[in-house]
Amino acid sequence: MLTILFDGLAYGMILFVLACGLAVTLGLMNFVNLAHGAFAMAGGYITVLLMGRLGVPFLWCLPIAFAATALVGAVLERTLYVHLYNRPHLDHVLFTIGLVFMAVAAIDYFLGAQQQIIRLPPALQGRIEVFGVSIGIYRLFVIGVCGALVVILQSILAFTRFGSRLRAAVDDARVARGLGIDVNAVFALTFAVGSGLAGLGGALGAEILGLDPTFPLKFMIYFLIVVTVGGTTSITGPFLASILLGVADVAGKYYMPKVGAFVIYALMVGVLLWRPHGLFTRRGAR
Amino acid sequence: MNAALETMGLRKNFGALAATRDVSLRIDAGARHALIGPNGAGKTTLINLLTGVLRPDGGRILLDGSDVTALAPHGRARRGMTRTFQINQLFAELTPLETVALAVSERRGLGRRWWRPLAAHADVLDEAAGLLARFGLAESLRTRVGMLPYGKQRLLEIAVAIASGPRVLLLDEPAAGVPEDERHEILSIVAALPDDVAVLLIEHDMDLVFSFARRISVLIDGALFVEGRPEDVARDARVREVYLGEAGRG
Amino acid sequence: MVANRWEWAFWLVAIAVPLLFPSKLLLINEIAILALFALSLDLLLGYAGIVSLGHAAFFGVGAYAAGLLAKHGMTEPVSGLVLASVTAAIVGFLTSFLVLRGSDLTRLMVTMGVALMLLEVANRFDTITGGADGLQGVTMGPILGLFRFDLFGRTACAYSLTTLLLLFLIARRIVRSPFGLSLRAVKGNRLRATAVGVPADARLVAIYTIAAAYAGAAGALLAQTTQFVSLDVLDFHRSADVLLVLVLGGSGYLYGGLIGAAIFKLMQDGLAAVTPQYWQFWIGLVLVLVVLVGRERLSAAAARLWARLARRRTGEQPS
Repeated sequence: MLTILFDGLAYGMILFVLACGLAVTLGLMNFVNLAHGAFAMAGGYITVLLMGRLGVPFLWCLPIAFAATALVGAVLERTLYVHLYNRPHLDHVLFTIGLVFMAVAAIDYFLGAQQQIIRLPPALQGRIEVFGVSIGIYRLFVIGVCGALVVILQSILAFTRFGSRLRAAVDDARVARGLGIDVNAVFALTFAVGSGLAGLGGALGAEILGLDPTFPLKFMIYFLIVVTVGGTTSITGPFLASILLGVADVAGKYYMPKVGAFVIYALMVGVLLWRPHGLFTRRGAR
Repeated sequence: MNAALETMGLRKNFGALAATRDVSLRIDAGARHALIGPNGAGKTTLINLLTGVLRPDGGRILLDGSDVTALAPHGRARRGMTRTFQINQLFAELTPLETVALAVSERRGLGRRWWRPLAAHADVLDEAAGLLARFGLAESLRTRVGMLPYGKQRLLEIAVAIASGPRVLLLDEPAAGVPEDERHEILSIVAALPDDVAVLLIEHDMDLVFSFARRISVLIDGALFVEGRPEDVARDARVREVYLGEAGRG
Repeated sequence: MVANRWEWAFWLVAIAVPLLFPSKLLLINEIAILALFALSLDLLLGYAGIVSLGHAAFFGVGAYAAGLLAKHGMTEPVSGLVLASVTAAIVGFLTSFLVLRGSDLTRLMVTMGVALMLLEVANRFDTITGGADGLQGVTMGPILGLFRFDLFGRTACAYSLTTLLLLFLIARRIVRSPFGLSLRAVKGNRLRATAVGVPADARLVAIYTIAAAYAGAAGALLAQTTQFVSLDVLDFHRSADVLLVLVLGGSGYLYGGLIGAAIFKLMQDGLAAVTPQYWQFWIGLVLVLVVLVGRERLSAAAARLWARLARRRTGEQPS
C-alpha cells in the first residue's frame, strides 16, 4: 500500500508541475488555456526526438524541453493569446481547443499515433528498498526534481521582486498597472515559464503518464481539476490538489478498477458545486 | 393596518464593515418617501437587502405584512416590490417593447406559456406599448435597447419597474447621469407615479427630493440618523452639519 | 404563425435536396442528425446563455437508450425515439441543477465532467453497452409499422428530416413565446430578469431538460438509422464539434445550427477523404480563425441579417 502511496505522490507531483502553469495563467490573465496540455506534449516529443534522433542524454533533454516550450509559449502569447484576454471564457476555450486539435493532428501526421517510449538512463532504472517499501528509482528522481521546483517557485513568489509583482498582478491587474508594474511583461514571462514547466513536466512524465498524440485531451481534465479544486491564488493550493488527485487516481485504479476514473470526475463535480472557487482559495478570490 | 413595506432591525456586515446597522423603516401605502445620505452611507446596500439581492445578517423585512426575509428576489417582485438600479440594468439585445412586455407577462402569470407566441398576446403588447407611450418612448418601441440614448434608457428603467404593477417601488437615483436638459422628463415621470404605489426614492438631487417627498429618512454610516417631514429634516442642525451643509448646491 | 418567405425557402430547399441528390442520402441523414443536435445546443447557448462542453452526454444517452430498446424487442422506431428522448430529458433534468450556479468556467467544467462520467459508465458496463466494440444487434422495424428502412437510406433520410422539421417547429414556438422571452432575458441580464419576477432557476431547468430531450432525439436517430451505437457518441469530440457547428452557423436565431451542420458535414465529407488527421487539423484551424475574427460578431451579424430578411416582409424596424 505504501508503494501505491508513493506512486501516487510521484504522479501527483508531475501533475503539479504540469498544471501549475495553467493555474497561474488562469489566475493572472483570467485565460482558460486548454492547450496547456499541448505544451506538455511538445516537451515530451522534443525529448523523444532529441534522444532518438540526436542521441542527447535524457538529463540534458529536461532543461532543453523547458527552454524550447517556454520560447514557443512566449511567442504564442505575444502574437495570438494577447488579443483574447478580454473575451469571454468560451472564446478562450474554443480557441485553445482549436490549437489542441491542430497540434494533435500535426503530431499524429508527422510522428504517428503510437505510444512513445523513453529509454531512461540506467542510473534511473530499477527499484530500491527503503524501509521495506519497494520504490522505483525514477519515481524517487521525479519526486526530488518536482519537490525542488516547488521550493524554487515558492521562493520566487515569496522572496523576489518579480514574485511580488506577479502576486500584485494576480490580485488586481488594473491596480498593478497603476502602480507602474509592467503587467504585459509579467504576463509574457509568466506564460513562458508556465509553458516551459508544462514542457518539462511532459518530458519528466512521459515514462509515467505515457506519451501519444491524445495526451493533451486525455489529461486536460486532470489539469482542470487541479486548477479548479486547488484555486488560482497560490502555489500550495494546486500543489495539495495535485497530490490528492495523484494519490486518488492511482489508488482508485488499483483498488477499484471498475470505477476508478468515475469517482474522480464525480468528486470534481461535487467539489465545484460545493465550492465553485476551489477548495483552497481565499474567500473572495476569483 | 399593515405598512406597505417595513423592516425591523435590519443588519448587514461585509467582513468587519457594518454596512447596514439596525435599520427599522416603515413605509405606508401610497407613501412618497425619500432616503438620503452621503456617499457610502449604505443606501444601495439597503435597497439590495430589501429586494433580496443581498441576504441580511439579522432583522426582518415585511412586505404588506408578510415576512419576505427569506424570499428570493423574483418572489418579492411577484409579491409587488420592484426597483430601478442606479446603473442601468437592462437587456441590451431586447427592444423596449419586449422588455416591458416581459414584465407585463410575468405579472399576468404568462411566463410559463411556451406554445402561443408573444406576438399573439395582443393585450400584453397593447399594455406595454401604452405604458411606453406614457413614458415618451413610443418612437423607440422596436429599437434595440443597447442603441438607445442614455436618457431614454433611464426612462425605460423606470417603465420596467412600473410595468410589474408594484405596490412598492424602490427608485435608486433615477436621475443619475442624466444630462441637465433631460432631467425634467425623469422628474415629471416620478411626480406622476400612481397614488396607490408606495415609493422609496434614493437621490442626491435635492430639488427632486424636496419637491417629491412627503417624508425623508437620512442614512449615515448604515444607520438611520433622522426621519421626518421634509421641512423638519431640512431644519435639523445635525443633518445640516453632516450632510446638507456639504451639498450646498442641491 | 407567420413565417417569412426565407424560412419557406429554406425548408423547401431542405426537402428538395434529398430528391435532387439521391446518391447522397446517407450524408444528408447525417446532416439532419447533426442539425438537430446543434439545434438543441442552440436552445441552451443561444437562448439561455448556458455554456456546455458536455452536451454529448444527452446525445449519448438518447443513442444508447434507443439502441438498447431496439435490441431488446422494441423495434418500432418512433416509439423508441420518444422513449429515448424522454430518458435523455430525465438525465438532463437531474443534472440541470449543476449548471445553475457558478461562472461560465465552472459550467464548462461541470458539463464536461458529467459527459466524462457517463462515458466511463458506458465503458464499465460493457456487458450492456457493448463497450469499445459498440452495441451490436440493433435491428429496426418499420416506422409506425408502415415504412421499412431500405438499403439506400431513403426511409432513414425522410425519417430524420421529418423529425428535425417537427422538433424545429416546436422549438420555434418555444423561443417566440413568453417563456422564450424570459430565457433571453435571463441570458441578457439575470439580475434584471429576477427583478421583474422571472424565476430564473426554474426556467433554466426547464430549457435544459428540453435541450437534453432534443439532443437525445438526435442520438436516437443516429442509433436507429445506422443500427449501431459506439462509445464515441459520448466522446468529447462530439461536444466540441457541435459547439463548432454553432460557431460556424451562428447561435441565437435557431437556423444557425442547421446551416452550421450543413457546412460542417460538407467540409468533413470533402476533407476527411484525404486523411483523418487532415480533417482534425482543419477543424482546429477553423476554430482558431473564427475566434480571432470574433465569434460574437459572426453570430450577431448572422442574426441581424436574418432579422433584416424577416423585416422586409413585415415592414418592422430591426428588433
